[in-house]
Amino acid sequence: MTAGQVWAAIDEIPDPEIPVISLVDLGVIRDVAVDGNVVRIELTPTFLGCPAVDAMRRALEETVAALGAEAEVAVVHDDSWSTDSITPAGREKLRAAGFAPPAPRAAGETTLVQLRSKAFRCPYCGSTATRLENIFGPTPCRSIRWCADCRQPFEQFKTI
Amino acid sequence: MSERASLLLTLADDELIVGWRDSEWTGIAPTLEEDVAFSSIAQNEIGHARALYELAAADLGTDADALAFDREPSEYACAPLVELRLLDDWAMTIARRYLYEQADQVRISALVSSSDPELAGLAAKIDREEVYHRLHAELWAERLAGEPRFRSAVEELWPYALGVVAPEQRDELARRVGLPLPSNSLLQGHARGTHTDELEPLWTEMTEVRRSIPGAQW
Repeated sequence: MTAGQVWAAIDEIPDPEIPVISLVDLGVIRDVAVDGNVVRIELTPTFLGCPAVDAMRRALEETVAALGAEAEVAVVHDDSWSTDSITPAGREKLRAAGFAPPAPRAAGETTLVQLRSKAFRCPYCGSTATRLENIFGPTPCRSIRWCADCRQPFEQFKTI
Repeated sequence: MSERASLLLTLADDELIVGWRDSEWTGIAPTLEEDVAFSSIAQNEIGHARALYELAAADLGTDADALAFDREPSEYACAPLVELRLLDDWAMTIARRYLYEQADQVRISALVSSSDPELAGLAAKIDREEVYHRLHAELWAERLAGEPRFRSAVEELWPYALGVVAPEQRDELARRVGLPLPSNSLLQGHARGTHTDELEPLWTEMTEVRRSIPGAQW
């Protein structure tokens, strides 16, 4: 078995909390290495408080088992993941499902001025007449914004 | 215990206990949006605690849950600031969030440049998320800046906030917050290593389920 075959197999595993996007598109699979019958996968969580990490690990183990190999999944807590790791295909899937994709990371940390700016586009109607409702949302990775044009709240993926 | 494990437990205990205190607002915050915000912040802080405990547990040959729940209250290394039960006083609650985030930024940004790659990597990841906690605190501090109740809450908690950082980081924290360093006796009284009477009731509630069936798999 090659690493490429493993990547192809795990490419279909959805994110447990936002199933429109796969783990691979989310950019949380850091590495895949095949050593005989053992497949070593490095997984890094989006947010440290993410309760979905155990579900991701199990899904990876089951997918590798279905290929007839054994998975060793290591959860890595370093600084390698940012929202810039989400693939272009993943960003488009998020938008199509009504989650505004994260803004690209700027130099330096996010500021209130940026969050209050109008550069955030509504995923439903495309308007930039949107405002911040809440820095926090239903999961740690999302904020809530309001679109003044189509008069709907929407979820904005935080930039981290 | 190694210096590294002891540092990790200090950070983890602060994050666990402050997360626990923030979670007390879940369901009863003054507005729905704040209910969401406090619940999410609490989840993040406890997530940071878990990652820090896991790193400490690997060094100490135990697991994260044992470190979080199986120690006696006197063994926790948290600062008195995070122990205080501030429920139903929004001015005090926001004052703590604001001061805690300022103090946390001072020590976490120092760790980002640590020569220990595991510590530095985890600190950098934690800091990415803390940005949003700081923005939330900044929004509220801005909104309440003219309120006498908020100002006196910040002054009351200020000596406690200094107990979160190492002594050599106090000057930097004072510069950020814009308040003078209080007397040494006031600093000593709120320093890490002392505990308030409010930790034990919190611990009793926090560990109740785990203590009810020792060794159970949940």
